[in-house]
Amino acid sequence: MIEVKHLCKTFRVLKRKGGIRATLKTFIKRDYTYIKAVDDVSFSIKKGEIVGYIGPNGAGKSTTIKMLTGILNPDSGSVRVGGIDPFKDRKKYVKNIGVVFGQKSQLWWDIPVIDSFNLLRDIYKIDKEEYEKNLNELVSLLKLENIINTPVRQLSLGQRMKCELVASLLHSPSILFLDEPTIGLDAVSKVALRKFIKDINQRKQVTIILTTHDMSDIEALSNRVIVIGKGKKLYDGSLSKLKKDFGNSKILEIIYNKLDKIPEGIDVIKKTNNSILINIGDNSSSDIIAKFVKVCEVKDINIYEDNIDNIILKLYKEYNL
Amino acid sequence: MIGYLSYFKVRLIAGLQYKVSAIAGLATAFFWAIMFCCIYGAFYSNATIPDMSFKAIITYTWLKQAFLSLTYMNDRDSEILNSITDGTVAYELARPYNLFSWWYIKILAHKFSAAFLKFLPVILVGLIMPKPYNLSLPNSFPSFILFVISLILGAVLLCGILMIIHSIAFFTINHKGIFSISTNVMMLLSGFVIPIPLLPNIVQKLTFYLPFRLLSDSSYRIYSGNINIPDAIFDIKLQLIWIVIIIVIGYLIMNKALKKVSVQGG
Repeated sequence: MIEVKHLCKTFRVLKRKGGIRATLKTFIKRDYTYIKAVDDVSFSIKKGEIVGYIGPNGAGKSTTIKMLTGILNPDSGSVRVGGIDPFKDRKKYVKNIGVVFGQKSQLWWDIPVIDSFNLLRDIYKIDKEEYEKNLNELVSLLKLENIINTPVRQLSLGQRMKCELVASLLHSPSILFLDEPTIGLDAVSKVALRKFIKDINQRKQVTIILTTHDMSDIEALSNRVIVIGKGKKLYDGSLSKLKKDFGNSKILEIIYNKLDKIPEGIDVIKKTNNSILINIGDNSSSDIIAKFVKVCEVKDINIYEDNIDNIILKLYKEYNL
Repeated sequence: MIGYLSYFKVRLIAGLQYKVSAIAGLATAFFWAIMFCCIYGAFYSNATIPDMSFKAIITYTWLKQAFLSLTYMNDRDSEILNSITDGTVAYELARPYNLFSWWYIKILAHKFSAAFLKFLPVILVGLIMPKPYNLSLPNSFPSFILFVISLILGAVLLCGILMIIHSIAFFTINHKGIFSISTNVMMLLSGFVIPIPLLPNIVQKLTFYLPFRLLSDSSYRIYSGNINIPDAIFDIKLQLIWIVIIIVIGYLIMNKALKKVSVQGG
């Protein structure tokens, strides 16, 4: 459904040192640096998939999303969504997609939510029956009955984000772009939002592309992840494979009263006065515990599995990001 | 089209929420109207101005205050300008509408709603003021009809000019410069500061060929009969021509800006 081939986008950034002299110099000569925000990225996404698009800040996530949504014009390479070029056929294309940018609002802040929805109905020329059906379904799924008559400015962030999601789904788009949808939300709202996104994906076969910094979003929602860093694609595949390749290690924590000497052949991560963190690696945890039992009085032990955040950190480290 | 219409309606209704702003605006309007009546009173008592009668200029003053929001040039839409600086414009671009028309409608609706809340009280007070400081009735029924048409077209033209200024803001880091320069020049050349018949002859000639006098000066003078019916019809035709020219220019500038737009970060 979505075909991205050798996509590139370079931004020109004015280079200016601080201070008066450097500022005056820009009147005569301007230096620019060119930053490759997206560098030769290719992937394809099938209908009904949920794809997590992740990477550190400034990796080029949002830029890619903006090219996929037709807001930005790629420098080279091509984007085709259902055969349409998003930038050239913008008006036609955007009827078919929904967009939520977590850090921005698409609702009109000074009018009640329901007025915003009705306005969107007219903008997208949604059929009346379809609109009523979608609205009722979405509102009851998210339990928004009580707040849709409130002006947007009086909503909490969690409530607003739910309304943003409804707004992006009213016209039954076949693709939904979510750019950091859970940013700033509390745990309860996050869980509710994730459940809703998953629900929508299964009910309506909406293709969802999600960028986030919250790895638990990805874990809860998507099977496939694309990792991007410094504009380049680093990884594209299932989340479980990513875990297997980069996250096989477990961490053992031993708590003790007093430890004189650390036994040999142990990969220490961190040591404090009464506890030690050990990377188990290929060793067996019982061997390590046995070694410690010989040299000190072990009070307690904990074993941690590597979580997805650490896996991503490792992946970034591997590529020197 | 239905989308644009209902956006106009929504913006109009949203604009009517600002009642305190309207009351504050009314107080200012009365203050300025009375002050200008006094100034012109003093001025006309020692001079005769063949181009404009005292009655016409007092009427001009009251109309100017009544429809100030509709014809005010220094009107920035902070939401539009902020969406350019902070990148919310990205959302607007992900919608199936033409951004130029969309913003144009927003500014137009804002002008009409602001004027709607204020014009009636000022007109009423103007009518009951003691002579000769009162708002006179229209010169004739045809002048009144032409005044209404010309006033609305003036607002349509002004919004076109404002859209050009907002579009130029796309290219600059800060919009303040372009607004200060353009609105000050416009205020002077449009008769907003001093009615055009009171300006020096050479400036009057210059303003005749510019669109700015058609923003409101022409309308108020049509009302009082200072501009006769044939000239009024000529001015309205000129307004229509200028509206087309200005909107085409604004549209082209905006399209150029949107091609170059690069929404960074976030």
